[in-house]
This record gives sequence, structure tokens and C-alpha cells, in this order.
Amino acid sequence: MTPDELAGEIPDGALIGLPPDYSLVAMEAVRALVRREARALRLLGVPQLGLCADLLIGAGCVAEIETSAVTLGEAGLAPRFTEAAQQGEILVRDATCPAVHTALQATEKGVPFMPLRGVLGSDLIPGRPDWRVVQNPMSADPDPILLVPALRLDVALFHARWADEAGNVWVGRRRELATIAHAAQRCFVTYEEKRAGDMLEDELLAPGVVSSTYVTHIAPAPRGAWPLGVPDLYDIDDAHLMRYAKAARTREGFQRYLDEFVCTPAKSSSPAASPA
Amino acid sequence: MYAREELLACSIARLIGDAGHVAVGAASPIPAAGALLLKQKKPSLRLSFLHKRKGNPFSEGSRELFDLAGQGRIDVFFLGGAQIDGQANINLVRAEGRRFPGSFGSAFMYPLVPRVILFREEHSPRVLVPKVEFVSAAGNPLALLTGKALFAWQKDRRRFRLESVHDGEDVRAQTGFDYDAPPSVPRTPAPGAEELALLRGAVAREMAASYPDFARKVWGID
Repeated sequence: MTPDELAGEIPDGALIGLPPDYSLVAMEAVRALVRREARALRLLGVPQLGLCADLLIGAGCVAEIETSAVTLGEAGLAPRFTEAAQQGEILVRDATCPAVHTALQATEKGVPFMPLRGVLGSDLIPGRPDWRVVQNPMSADPDPILLVPALRLDVALFHARWADEAGNVWVGRRRELATIAHAAQRCFVTYEEKRAGDMLEDELLAPGVVSSTYVTHIAPAPRGAWPLGVPDLYDIDDAHLMRYAKAARTREGFQRYLDEFVCTPAKSSSPAASPA
Repeated sequence: MYAREELLACSIARLIGDAGHVAVGAASPIPAAGALLLKQKKPSLRLSFLHKRKGNPFSEGSRELFDLAGQGRIDVFFLGGAQIDGQANINLVRAEGRRFPGSFGSAFMYPLVPRVILFREEHSPRVLVPKVEFVSAAGNPLALLTGKALFAWQKDRRRFRLESVHDGEDVRAQTGFDYDAPPSVPRTPAPGAEELALLRGAVAREMAASYPDFARKVWGID
């Protein structure tokens, strides 16, 4: 399966869990979603989003987004998200990082909700009718606590360092990707390299594995996280991110970026590998 | 002579004080420099930098920081804001029709971490407002440090008190919220020779790895 075929398996309107820019983003598959003109996607940032969300929003693929933030980090605000949010073109459901983790952990455990400390006093709560503040039933003293409902994703989409012959993928310490996979009905993973054998048989590799139990489809995509990074393989391409941030300030500039780096298949892949 | 960033880093180090575990987010390199400065003097201090380019203090993914804070295992955290108001609320979501990135983990960290230091270099009526347009997070901070002044938080009065100014200038007109102040406002202590030597040596070298632009600007390190 190719990243484009994988993107073809993600239907319009799907609720997709995506990682932040520092955590193995399946950028080639995201570009493929833009190429196939996906529509009305609902994105969940686990717990925040960056370039992938900005690309999808700018290309008109997104109806709703739930996240604790959208940022390009050192490259500044995410310009297409910022404009779409300001003009009301997408629905933004503001969250806070641990609320996203907790909602997915509830789904991992198969329970309907989980409590979370903090957050009380934040205007996030009036904006979230799906969240509930209740009295701690275990306490005799007044003790209000937030409950967040379990959140089940239609699709998990991320990139991995390795896939193996058993269908497992390796994400190392990026355990939020495991949480996304566990809480999704279908999980699509692009990967850098194929390994022989079964990584779950290797004590050193096993703790970084997302088991094939959760993985629906894999697709090879060398340098598939570019212009974001893969630890120990290639770094985030800061210069390219700055270039994107500048280009995407206007719709015209964003369109030119898409034409050059996303929509023309010959140019959609990253430059030749350089030592990370 | 010293750079303003060096004075702010020294102020941060003093505010961290006797804490055992400091977590630093992406907000600004200056809290990171302050924490690294204190670590030079007190090697037992545990630092968790969330956005190190190489390495990472966590192995359980991005929720580990919040799980640590939920248990009380983080003593100090830094928060900023597009707006900060006189009740110490912070706004990271929207103001004056403009959308900002979002609240990140602030709504959780602010009430749960015992010593939150509010830090924002810009000190202007645009940032320091009477009332934020959106409360991303509410809590009781240890202090508010800006590029011009240091405020302490008076939890019982729910008001800031001006502790010191960095350049001796009056900041009342630059501050959009009302606050208490002593009759004579002291100057923020200048960095000492020992602090400057540490900042320009070991701290600058460590900062260059994660914040190359900052290290180049302040210390000319490549």
C-alpha cells in the first residue's frame, strides 16, 4: 500500500487523531489527503497540532478541530488555522492537553468517562457542554472535579521508525501514538523502514512497539515525516517550516506552496537525505 | 554590563529558589536559562525541559508531564499569555478578534503546580490588561516577571504587588491593571559577577543546543 492508497481508505468526515509536530507525523499521508481532496475531516490534536493541521485546513479538508493548540513552534502562528478560526470557517473545540489524553485513556479502558483535576475556573469549561463538573462521590467534603467523556476516534494516523513482518510498528517513547492507536477503530501508519521478524520478540524494542492488534494498514514512506523529523534519523527542517509559515500568510502563497510541495507528485517528496 | 535577558534569567533563578523539580515548556528560552543557571549552583535540582531537540526527560509520551504534575511531583512551571490580567488569569486563546494557538496544558498546570511563575517579556497595556477576554487558566502564581518589572501575587487580596523594576522607570502607565506598590519601588538586583560568568559559560553552551537563535543573539554563540 502507498501513502496515497492509505489516504484513500480515510473517508470524508472521519474523526482523525493526529500527533504534534514533534511526535512522528505522517506528513506524506497528510499530503496525500490534500491530493485526494478529502473533505469535512474532524481533527483531534493529541494533544496539540502543527503543520499537518494547517495544511489540511488551508486546503479545505477540515470541518472541525479539537485541540489544546495549533502552532508551528519556532516558525510562529499556524497561518491557515489562524485565519480559518478568525473567520469562522472551521469549528474549533478548545481543549487542554491532559483532557485530550484523559478522554482517549477512557476509551483505552472501555469506560464512559474519566475524572481530571485542575481546569476549574477556565473558560474552556463553558465552551465544552460535553464536559461535566461533579462533586467527587468519594469525598464527604466539597470537592468539585471535571469529568471528560471517552473519545473514540474513527482513524489514528501517524508515522513510525519501523514496521516489521508481523505488522507491528515501532514509535519508541512517543507513547501518545500508542494511546491514539488504542482509542481508534482503524489505525493507519506510514513507516521509514521494514524490519525482518517480530519486534515483540525483542526485549529492547518491544516497549516502543504499537502491536499489530491495533494496526489496520501500513505504508512505506521513507522520509515520510518531512519537513518534520524522526529522532536519530532526520531533524525537523526549520528552514522549510519558516518558508511554509511565510508562504501560507496569504491564500495565494499557500496555494503556490501546495502546487510546489504537495500536489505535484514528482515534487511532493522531500529532498535527498542529509545526515541528521 | 549585562543583557536584559541575563537579568531576567537571574530573577528566574531567584524565584525558583529551593524547589526540587522545575519543568520548562516552550514559551521562552529565558526561563530555561534561569533554571540552568540555578542548576549550576545547585546540581541536585531536577530540570525537565519539554522541548529539548535531543533527548527528552520523559518516556511515557506527552501525558507524563501532566501525570507528574497531577501527583505533585513538579514544583515549578512557567506560563505566559497573550493577555494576563490583574486577577492573574491568563489568555492564550483569543483577543481583539485575533486567534492565538490555544491553551496548551495551562488550564491543568496552573491550579496544580504549587509555584507557577508567569513570564512575559512584553510589558504593555496590550498584554497586561484589567480583564482577559478568555480565561485559559486561573490560579495563584508565585510571581509575574516581565521585561520591565517583577510583581508578587497576594493570594488573600487577589492582587499583584510591584516588587521591583529592572530599569528604574515607572511602569504604572505601561500596566493595564491596577496593583499595589510600595512608596519607593526598588530596582531589580543586577546579575553578580559569579552569575554572569556561569551564564556566559556553561549555561550559554547548554542553551545553544536547544535555543540556537537565543544563544547567538545574547551570547554570540554558534
